Amino acid sequence: MLSRLFLGPFLVLAFSLVFASPAFPQENPYIVAYDHYMEEPRSLEVEYFSTFGTQRGGNEFHSYWVELEYGATAWWTTEFYFDGQSTFHDSALFTGFRWENRFRPLKHEHFINPVIYLEYEHISGADKILKEIEGHDGQADTAERNAIARQEHKNELEFKLLLSSTYKGWNFVENTLAAKNLANSPWEFGYALGASRPLRLKASARRCNFCRENFIAGLEMYGGLGDRHSFGLRDTSHYVAPVVALNLPSDWTLRISPGFGLNDNSYRFLLRWGLSREFSGFGDLASHIFGGHQ
Amino acid sequence: MRACLAALGVSGLLLGAAIGRSQQNVPVPAKPAKGKIFAVNEIDKAPEKARAKSNPLANDPEASRAGRLLFERHCTECHGNAAEGGRHAPSLRAAEVQNAPPGAIFWILTNGIVRHGMPVWSKLPEPQRWQLVSYIQSLGVKPTAETVSLPTP
Repeated sequence: MLSRLFLGPFLVLAFSLVFASPAFPQENPYIVAYDHYMEEPRSLEVEYFSTFGTQRGGNEFHSYWVELEYGATAWWTTEFYFDGQSTFHDSALFTGFRWENRFRPLKHEHFINPVIYLEYEHISGADKILKEIEGHDGQADTAERNAIARQEHKNELEFKLLLSSTYKGWNFVENTLAAKNLANSPWEFGYALGASRPLRLKASARRCNFCRENFIAGLEMYGGLGDRHSFGLRDTSHYVAPVVALNLPSDWTLRISPGFGLNDNSYRFLLRWGLSREFSGFGDLASHIFGGHQ
Repeated sequence: MRACLAALGVSGLLLGAAIGRSQQNVPVPAKPAKGKIFAVNEIDKAPEKARAKSNPLANDPEASRAGRLLFERHCTECHGNAAEGGRHAPSLRAAEVQNAPPGAIFWILTNGIVRHGMPVWSKLPEPQRWQLVSYIQSLGVKPTAETVSLPTP
Protein backbone atom coordinates (compact mmCIF):
# COMPACT_ATOMS: atom_id res chain seq x y z
CA MET A 1 0.00 0.00 0.00
CA LEU A 2 2.70 2.50 1.00
CA SER A 3 4.80 1.77 -2.07
CA ARG A 4 1.74 2.48 -4.23
CA LEU A 5 1.27 5.80 -2.42
CA PHE A 6 4.64 6.98 -3.64
CA LEU A 7 4.55 5.54 -7.14
CA GLY A 8 2.61 8.55 -8.44
CA PRO A 9 5.09 11.25 -7.37
CA PHE A 10 8.05 9.35 -8.78
CA LEU A 11 6.33 8.82 -12.13
CA VAL A 12 5.44 12.50 -12.33
CA LEU A 13 8.97 13.50 -11.35
CA ALA A 14 10.42 11.31 -14.08
CA PHE A 15 7.89 12.55 -16.66
CA SER A 16 8.54 16.16 -15.69
CA LEU A 17 12.30 15.84 -16.10
CA VAL A 18 12.13 13.99 -19.41
CA PHE A 19 9.56 16.26 -21.05
CA ALA A 20 10.66 19.49 -19.43
CA SER A 21 9.60 22.95 -20.55
CA PRO A 22 11.35 26.05 -19.13
CA ALA A 23 8.34 27.12 -17.05
CA PHE A 24 8.93 26.68 -13.33
CA PRO A 25 6.30 27.48 -10.75
CA GLN A 26 7.16 29.39 -7.58
CA GLU A 27 4.88 27.67 -5.12
CA ASN A 28 5.06 27.80 -1.36
CA PRO A 29 5.52 24.50 0.50
CA TYR A 30 2.52 24.76 2.83
CA ILE A 31 -0.18 22.12 2.81
CA VAL A 32 -2.51 23.57 5.45
CA ALA A 33 -1.47 27.23 5.78
CA TYR A 34 -2.00 29.85 3.07
CA ASP A 35 0.13 32.78 2.05
CA HIS A 36 -1.21 35.86 0.28
CA TYR A 37 -0.23 34.93 -3.26
CA MET A 38 -3.08 34.37 -5.68
CA GLU A 39 -3.11 32.00 -8.59
CA GLU A 40 -1.87 33.78 -11.70
CA PRO A 41 -4.73 35.19 -13.79
CA ARG A 42 -6.20 32.75 -16.33
CA SER A 43 -4.05 29.89 -14.97
CA LEU A 44 -5.50 26.62 -13.76
CA GLU A 45 -3.58 24.64 -11.20
CA VAL A 46 -4.51 20.99 -10.79
CA GLU A 47 -3.33 19.59 -7.48
CA TYR A 48 -3.44 16.17 -5.93
CA PHE A 49 -2.76 15.74 -2.23
CA SER A 50 -2.53 12.67 -0.12
CA THR A 51 -2.38 12.12 3.63
CA PHE A 52 -1.38 8.89 5.29
CA GLY A 53 -2.34 8.89 8.95
CA THR A 54 -1.92 6.66 11.94
CA GLN A 55 -4.50 6.88 14.70
CA ARG A 56 -4.36 5.47 18.19
CA GLY A 57 -7.92 4.21 18.44
CA GLY A 58 -8.52 3.16 14.84
CA ASN A 59 -7.05 1.84 11.64
CA GLU A 60 -4.52 3.70 9.59
CA PHE A 61 -5.99 5.66 6.73
CA HIS A 62 -5.10 7.27 3.44
CA SER A 63 -7.09 10.34 2.48
CA TYR A 64 -6.73 12.23 -0.77
CA TRP A 65 -8.11 15.26 -2.49
CA VAL A 66 -7.94 16.96 -5.84
CA GLU A 67 -7.94 20.73 -6.10
CA LEU A 68 -8.77 22.74 -9.19
CA GLU A 69 -7.49 26.25 -8.56
CA TYR A 70 -8.21 29.00 -11.06
CA GLY A 71 -6.91 32.56 -11.13
CA ALA A 72 -10.05 34.50 -12.06
CA THR A 73 -8.18 37.79 -11.67
CA ALA A 74 -4.96 38.90 -10.01
CA TRP A 75 -7.02 39.56 -6.83
CA TRP A 76 -9.48 36.63 -6.89
CA THR A 77 -8.67 32.92 -6.86
CA THR A 78 -11.38 30.29 -6.86
CA GLU A 79 -10.89 26.62 -6.12
CA PHE A 80 -12.79 23.34 -5.97
CA TYR A 81 -11.83 20.32 -3.95
CA PHE A 82 -13.08 16.77 -4.25
CA ASP A 83 -11.99 14.48 -1.50
CA GLY A 84 -12.11 10.86 -0.44
CA GLN A 85 -10.40 8.40 1.86
CA SER A 86 -9.50 4.75 2.31
CA THR A 87 -9.32 3.35 5.80
CA PHE A 88 -7.24 0.21 6.15
CA HIS A 89 -9.33 -2.91 6.93
CA ASP A 90 -12.46 -0.88 6.19
CA SER A 91 -13.53 0.79 2.93
CA ALA A 92 -12.79 3.59 0.47
CA LEU A 93 -15.27 6.33 -0.23
CA PHE A 94 -15.89 9.79 -1.67
CA THR A 95 -16.27 12.17 1.25
CA GLY A 96 -17.40 15.46 -0.25
CA PHE A 97 -16.52 18.67 -2.02
CA ARG A 98 -15.47 22.21 -1.13
CA TRP A 99 -15.56 25.50 -2.97
CA GLU A 100 -13.16 28.14 -1.75
CA ASN A 101 -12.55 31.73 -2.79
CA ARG A 102 -9.69 33.98 -1.83
CA PHE A 103 -9.77 37.74 -2.29
CA ARG A 104 -6.91 40.15 -2.03
CA PRO A 105 -8.31 43.49 -0.87
CA LEU A 106 -5.16 45.64 -1.17
CA LYS A 107 -3.56 46.76 -4.39
CA HIS A 108 0.03 46.91 -3.22
CA GLU A 109 2.37 44.88 -1.06
CA HIS A 110 2.63 45.79 2.61
CA PHE A 111 4.55 44.44 5.58
CA ILE A 112 1.48 42.32 6.41
CA ASN A 113 -0.75 41.38 3.50
CA PRO A 114 -4.31 40.29 4.25
CA VAL A 115 -6.40 37.94 2.15
CA ILE A 116 -10.06 37.13 2.80
CA TYR A 117 -10.97 33.47 2.44
CA LEU A 118 -14.52 32.14 2.07
CA GLU A 119 -15.38 28.47 1.72
CA TYR A 120 -18.47 26.33 1.45
CA GLU A 121 -18.05 22.65 2.15
CA HIS A 122 -20.39 19.72 1.80
CA ILE A 123 -18.67 16.76 3.41
CA SER A 124 -19.55 13.58 5.24
CA GLY A 125 -18.50 12.59 8.74
CA ALA A 126 -15.98 10.20 7.19
CA ASP A 127 -13.91 13.08 5.80
CA LYS A 128 -10.29 12.73 6.93
CA ILE A 129 -8.32 15.10 4.74
CA LEU A 130 -7.51 17.33 7.75
CA LYS A 131 -7.12 20.36 5.53
CA GLU A 132 -7.87 22.41 8.59
CA ILE A 133 -8.42 21.68 12.26
CA GLU A 134 -11.36 23.49 13.79
CA GLY A 135 -13.22 23.53 17.10
CA HIS A 136 -12.55 20.43 19.14
CA ASP A 137 -11.50 18.23 16.23
CA GLY A 138 -9.56 15.19 17.37
CA GLN A 139 -8.72 11.72 16.21
CA ALA A 140 -11.61 10.24 18.20
CA ASP A 141 -14.01 11.91 15.72
CA THR A 142 -12.82 9.69 12.90
CA ALA A 143 -12.33 6.42 14.77
CA GLU A 144 -15.77 5.13 13.74
CA ARG A 145 -16.16 2.75 10.85
CA ASN A 146 -16.78 4.40 7.49
CA ALA A 147 -20.26 2.92 7.10
CA ILE A 148 -21.39 4.78 10.24
CA ALA A 149 -19.35 7.95 9.81
CA ARG A 150 -20.56 8.54 6.25
CA GLN A 151 -24.16 8.87 7.45
CA GLU A 152 -23.37 12.26 8.96
CA HIS A 153 -23.43 15.16 6.49
CA LYS A 154 -22.02 18.61 7.12
CA ASN A 155 -22.76 21.79 5.24
CA GLU A 156 -20.28 24.31 6.50
CA LEU A 157 -19.29 27.87 5.83
CA GLU A 158 -15.74 28.76 6.64
CA PHE A 159 -14.13 32.16 6.88
CA LYS A 160 -10.42 32.75 7.18
CA LEU A 161 -8.25 35.76 7.55
CA LEU A 162 -4.93 34.99 5.92
CA LEU A 163 -2.04 37.24 6.88
CA SER A 164 1.28 36.88 5.16
CA SER A 165 4.58 38.74 5.09
CA THR A 166 7.80 38.39 3.18
CA TYR A 167 11.04 39.58 4.70
CA LYS A 168 14.55 38.90 3.41
CA GLY A 169 13.45 35.82 1.51
CA TRP A 170 11.36 34.44 4.38
CA ASN A 171 7.62 34.07 4.17
CA PHE A 172 5.58 34.15 7.37
CA VAL A 173 1.88 33.29 7.48
CA GLU A 174 -0.72 33.54 10.21
CA ASN A 175 -4.18 32.18 9.39
CA THR A 176 -7.20 32.23 11.67
CA LEU A 177 -10.44 30.51 10.78
CA ALA A 178 -14.05 30.58 11.90
CA ALA A 179 -16.36 27.81 10.68
CA LYS A 180 -20.10 27.41 11.04
CA ASN A 181 -21.94 24.20 10.47
CA LEU A 182 -25.24 25.36 9.01
CA ALA A 183 -27.12 22.82 11.16
CA ASN A 184 -27.26 24.89 14.33
CA SER A 185 -23.79 24.11 15.63
CA PRO A 186 -21.73 26.80 17.37
CA TRP A 187 -19.01 28.71 15.59
CA GLU A 188 -15.72 26.82 15.67
CA PHE A 189 -12.25 28.29 15.42
CA GLY A 190 -8.80 27.23 14.34
CA TYR A 191 -5.39 28.51 13.33
CA ALA A 192 -2.42 27.77 11.09
CA LEU A 193 1.02 29.33 11.25
CA GLY A 194 3.91 28.87 8.88
CA ALA A 195 7.35 30.07 7.87
CA SER A 196 9.34 29.13 4.79
CA ARG A 197 12.31 30.19 2.71
CA PRO A 198 13.97 29.05 -0.53
CA LEU A 199 17.27 27.31 0.14
CA ARG A 200 18.96 29.93 -2.03
CA LEU A 201 17.74 33.43 -2.81
CA LYS A 202 19.65 34.16 -6.02
CA ALA A 203 18.72 32.23 -9.15
CA SER A 204 21.39 30.25 -10.88
CA ALA A 205 22.60 31.44 -14.28
CA ARG A 206 22.49 27.90 -15.69
CA ARG A 207 19.56 25.62 -16.26
CA CYS A 208 19.18 23.10 -13.48
CA ASN A 209 16.30 21.14 -12.02
CA PHE A 210 17.69 20.56 -8.57
CA CYS A 211 19.31 23.93 -7.86
CA ARG A 212 18.87 25.02 -4.27
CA GLU A 213 16.59 27.91 -5.25
CA ASN A 214 14.03 25.38 -6.49
CA PHE A 215 13.65 23.94 -3.01
CA ILE A 216 11.56 25.83 -0.49
CA ALA A 217 11.61 24.52 3.06
CA GLY A 218 9.73 25.55 6.13
CA LEU A 219 7.56 24.61 9.03
CA GLU A 220 3.85 24.85 9.65
CA MET A 221 1.82 24.44 12.80
CA TYR A 222 -1.94 24.13 12.93
CA GLY A 223 -4.70 23.21 15.30
CA GLY A 224 -8.10 24.02 16.75
CA LEU A 225 -9.13 26.87 19.01
CA GLY A 226 -12.34 25.41 20.41
CA ASP A 227 -15.76 26.86 19.78
CA ARG A 228 -17.91 29.79 20.85
CA HIS A 229 -18.72 28.17 24.20
CA SER A 230 -15.22 26.94 25.05
CA PHE A 231 -12.56 28.91 23.24
CA GLY A 232 -8.92 27.93 23.67
CA LEU A 233 -6.18 25.46 22.93
CA ARG A 234 -7.51 22.69 25.18
CA ASP A 235 -9.58 19.66 24.12
CA THR A 236 -8.58 19.89 20.50
CA SER A 237 -5.68 18.73 18.38
CA HIS A 238 -2.47 20.44 17.30
CA TYR A 239 0.22 19.52 14.81
CA VAL A 240 3.65 20.63 13.81
CA ALA A 241 4.94 19.71 10.37
CA PRO A 242 8.13 20.44 8.46
CA VAL A 243 7.30 21.19 4.82
CA VAL A 244 9.40 21.02 1.67
CA ALA A 245 8.44 21.98 -1.88
CA LEU A 246 10.43 21.26 -4.99
CA ASN A 247 9.52 23.40 -7.98
CA LEU A 248 10.13 21.39 -11.12
CA PRO A 249 10.23 22.15 -14.83
CA SER A 250 7.00 22.26 -16.82
CA ASP A 251 5.20 23.92 -13.92
CA TRP A 252 5.16 20.87 -11.64
CA THR A 253 5.53 21.18 -7.88
CA LEU A 254 6.11 18.37 -5.42
CA ARG A 255 5.41 18.92 -1.72
CA ILE A 256 6.19 16.62 1.18
CA SER A 257 5.34 17.11 4.83
CA PRO A 258 5.61 14.72 7.77
CA GLY A 259 3.33 15.98 10.55
CA PHE A 260 3.44 15.14 14.22
CA GLY A 261 0.55 15.29 16.67
CA LEU A 262 1.34 17.43 19.71
CA ASN A 263 -1.20 16.03 22.17
CA ASP A 264 -3.31 12.97 22.86
CA ASN A 265 -6.22 14.26 20.78
CA SER A 266 -4.03 14.45 17.68
CA TYR A 267 -3.25 11.75 15.17
CA ARG A 268 0.14 10.42 16.08
CA PHE A 269 1.67 10.90 12.64
CA LEU A 270 0.51 12.33 9.31
CA LEU A 271 2.55 11.93 6.18
CA ARG A 272 1.36 14.29 3.50
CA TRP A 273 2.51 14.82 -0.02
CA GLY A 274 1.12 16.65 -2.98
CA LEU A 275 1.72 17.17 -6.65
CA SER A 276 0.53 20.11 -8.64
CA ARG A 277 0.72 21.21 -12.23
CA GLU A 278 -0.07 24.70 -13.41
CA PHE A 279 -1.66 25.25 -16.80
CA SER A 280 -0.89 28.82 -17.81
CA GLY A 281 -3.33 30.40 -20.22
CA PHE A 282 -6.10 27.91 -19.42
CA GLY A 283 -8.63 30.76 -19.33
CA ASP A 284 -7.64 31.87 -22.83
CA LEU A 285 -7.99 28.32 -24.10
CA ALA A 286 -11.41 27.91 -22.49
CA SER A 287 -12.47 31.29 -23.83
CA HIS A 288 -11.32 30.30 -27.31
CA ILE A 289 -13.21 27.01 -27.16
CA PHE A 290 -16.39 28.72 -26.00
CA GLY A 291 -16.06 31.59 -28.45
CA GLY A 292 -15.02 34.42 -26.11
CA HIS A 293 -12.93 37.53 -26.93
CA GLN A 294 -9.91 36.91 -29.10
CA MET B 1 -23.15 9.48 -5.95
CA ARG B 2 -25.79 12.20 -6.09
CA ALA B 3 -23.55 14.53 -4.10
CA CYS B 4 -20.69 13.77 -6.46
CA LEU B 5 -22.76 14.64 -9.53
CA ALA B 6 -24.07 17.78 -7.86
CA ALA B 7 -20.51 18.77 -6.98
CA LEU B 8 -19.37 18.28 -10.55
CA GLY B 9 -22.30 20.29 -11.89
CA VAL B 10 -21.79 23.18 -9.46
CA SER B 11 -18.06 23.12 -10.11
CA GLY B 12 -18.54 23.36 -13.85
CA LEU B 13 -20.94 26.28 -13.54
CA LEU B 14 -18.76 28.18 -11.11
CA LEU B 15 -15.57 27.55 -13.00
CA GLY B 16 -17.34 28.85 -16.11
CA ALA B 17 -18.36 31.96 -14.19
CA ALA B 18 -14.80 32.50 -12.95
CA ILE B 19 -13.39 32.12 -16.46
CA GLY B 20 -16.01 34.55 -17.70
CA ARG B 21 -14.95 37.02 -14.98
CA SER B 22 -11.31 36.66 -15.90
CA GLN B 23 -12.10 37.35 -19.53
CA GLN B 24 -14.04 40.48 -18.60
CA ASN B 25 -10.89 41.77 -16.93
CA VAL B 26 -8.84 41.43 -20.08
CA PRO B 27 -8.25 44.89 -21.48
CA VAL B 28 -9.73 44.70 -24.96
CA PRO B 29 -8.01 47.25 -27.16
CA ALA B 30 -10.16 49.79 -28.94
CA LYS B 31 -8.40 48.95 -32.20
CA PRO B 32 -7.70 45.22 -32.24
CA ALA B 33 -5.32 45.58 -35.18
CA LYS B 34 -3.09 47.67 -32.92
CA GLY B 35 -3.63 45.32 -30.05
CA LYS B 36 -0.61 46.06 -27.83
CA ILE B 37 -1.60 48.35 -25.05
CA PHE B 38 1.27 49.76 -23.11
CA ALA B 39 0.60 50.81 -19.55
CA VAL B 40 3.54 53.20 -19.11
CA ASN B 41 1.64 55.14 -16.48
CA GLU B 42 2.27 52.37 -13.99
CA ILE B 43 5.98 53.16 -14.03
CA ASP B 44 5.21 56.75 -13.10
CA LYS B 45 3.24 55.55 -10.10
CA ALA B 46 6.34 54.10 -8.43
CA PRO B 47 7.11 56.16 -5.30
CA GLU B 48 10.26 58.28 -5.28
CA LYS B 49 11.86 56.14 -2.59
CA ALA B 50 11.43 53.03 -4.74
CA ARG B 51 12.66 54.78 -7.90
CA ALA B 52 15.80 55.89 -6.12
CA LYS B 53 16.87 52.31 -5.35
CA SER B 54 19.76 51.17 -7.47
CA ASN B 55 20.16 47.62 -8.73
CA PRO B 56 22.58 45.88 -6.33
CA LEU B 57 23.37 43.36 -9.07
CA ALA B 58 24.09 45.95 -11.75
CA ASN B 59 27.75 44.91 -11.89
CA ASP B 60 27.09 41.19 -11.69
CA PRO B 61 27.67 39.71 -15.16
CA GLU B 62 25.63 36.63 -14.26
CA ALA B 63 22.56 38.60 -13.15
CA SER B 64 21.27 39.17 -16.65
CA ARG B 65 21.79 35.51 -17.63
CA ALA B 66 19.96 34.31 -14.53
CA GLY B 67 17.29 36.93 -15.17
CA ARG B 68 16.76 35.53 -18.64
CA LEU B 69 16.04 32.09 -17.21
CA LEU B 70 13.66 33.61 -14.66
CA PHE B 71 11.95 35.54 -17.44
CA GLU B 72 11.44 32.30 -19.39
CA ARG B 73 9.99 30.67 -16.31
CA HIS B 74 7.60 33.32 -15.15
CA CYS B 75 7.05 36.11 -17.66
CA THR B 76 6.91 34.83 -21.24
CA GLU B 77 3.34 33.57 -20.89
CA CYS B 78 2.07 37.17 -20.83
CA HIS B 79 4.95 39.33 -22.11
CA GLY B 80 6.05 37.05 -24.95
CA ASN B 81 9.29 35.15 -25.55
CA ALA B 82 11.18 38.27 -26.59
CA ALA B 83 9.39 40.58 -24.12
CA GLU B 84 7.67 42.13 -27.11
CA GLY B 85 4.31 42.07 -25.35
CA GLY B 86 1.25 39.94 -25.79
CA ARG B 87 -2.50 40.03 -25.66
CA HIS B 88 -2.57 40.60 -21.91
CA ALA B 89 0.63 42.48 -21.18
CA PRO B 90 2.70 45.30 -22.66
CA SER B 91 6.04 45.20 -24.43
CA LEU B 92 8.98 45.51 -22.08
CA ARG B 93 11.15 46.68 -24.99
CA ALA B 94 9.48 50.08 -25.10
CA ALA B 95 11.64 53.11 -24.35
CA GLU B 96 9.55 53.92 -21.25
CA VAL B 97 10.54 50.60 -19.66
CA GLN B 98 14.10 50.48 -20.92
CA ASN B 99 14.83 54.03 -19.74
CA ALA B 100 12.94 53.73 -16.45
CA PRO B 101 14.91 53.75 -13.19
CA PRO B 102 15.67 50.13 -12.19
CA GLY B 103 13.98 50.79 -8.86
CA ALA B 104 10.71 51.56 -10.62
CA ILE B 105 10.76 48.26 -12.53
CA PHE B 106 11.62 46.46 -9.29
CA TRP B 107 8.69 48.19 -7.57
CA ILE B 108 6.28 47.02 -10.28
CA LEU B 109 7.59 43.46 -10.03
CA THR B 110 7.16 43.55 -6.26
CA ASN B 111 3.68 45.07 -6.20
CA GLY B 112 2.23 43.84 -9.46
CA ILE B 113 -0.54 45.80 -11.14
CA VAL B 114 -3.20 43.81 -9.41
CA ARG B 115 -6.26 45.65 -10.72
CA HIS B 116 -5.01 45.26 -14.31
CA GLY B 117 -4.07 41.61 -14.16
CA MET B 118 -0.38 41.60 -13.33
CA PRO B 119 0.25 39.40 -10.30
CA VAL B 120 2.43 40.33 -7.36
CA TRP B 121 5.91 38.85 -7.78
CA SER B 122 7.21 39.40 -4.29
CA LYS B 123 7.10 35.63 -3.96
CA LEU B 124 10.35 35.70 -5.90
CA PRO B 125 13.13 36.56 -3.45
CA GLU B 126 14.53 40.08 -3.78
CA PRO B 127 17.78 39.04 -5.55
CA GLN B 128 15.75 37.21 -8.20
CA ARG B 129 13.61 40.29 -8.82
CA TRP B 130 16.79 42.33 -9.33
CA GLN B 131 18.09 39.65 -11.70
CA LEU B 132 14.88 40.06 -13.70
CA VAL B 133 15.36 43.84 -13.75
CA SER B 134 18.91 43.33 -15.04
CA TYR B 135 17.66 41.11 -17.85
CA ILE B 136 14.69 43.28 -18.82
CA GLN B 137 16.82 46.41 -19.02
CA SER B 138 19.51 44.61 -21.02
CA LEU B 139 17.08 43.97 -23.88
CA GLY B 140 17.23 47.41 -25.39
CA VAL B 141 14.53 49.48 -27.00
CA LYS B 142 12.50 48.00 -29.82
CA PRO B 143 9.95 50.60 -30.86
CA THR B 144 6.76 49.44 -32.53
CA ALA B 145 4.05 51.40 -34.28
CA GLU B 146 1.54 49.46 -32.21
CA THR B 147 2.71 50.88 -28.90
CA VAL B 148 0.17 53.24 -27.43
CA SER B 149 -0.18 54.79 -24.01
CA LEU B 150 -3.13 54.40 -21.72
CA PRO B 151 -4.52 57.75 -20.71
CA THR B 152 -3.87 58.87 -17.16
CA PRO B 153 -7.00 58.16 -15.12
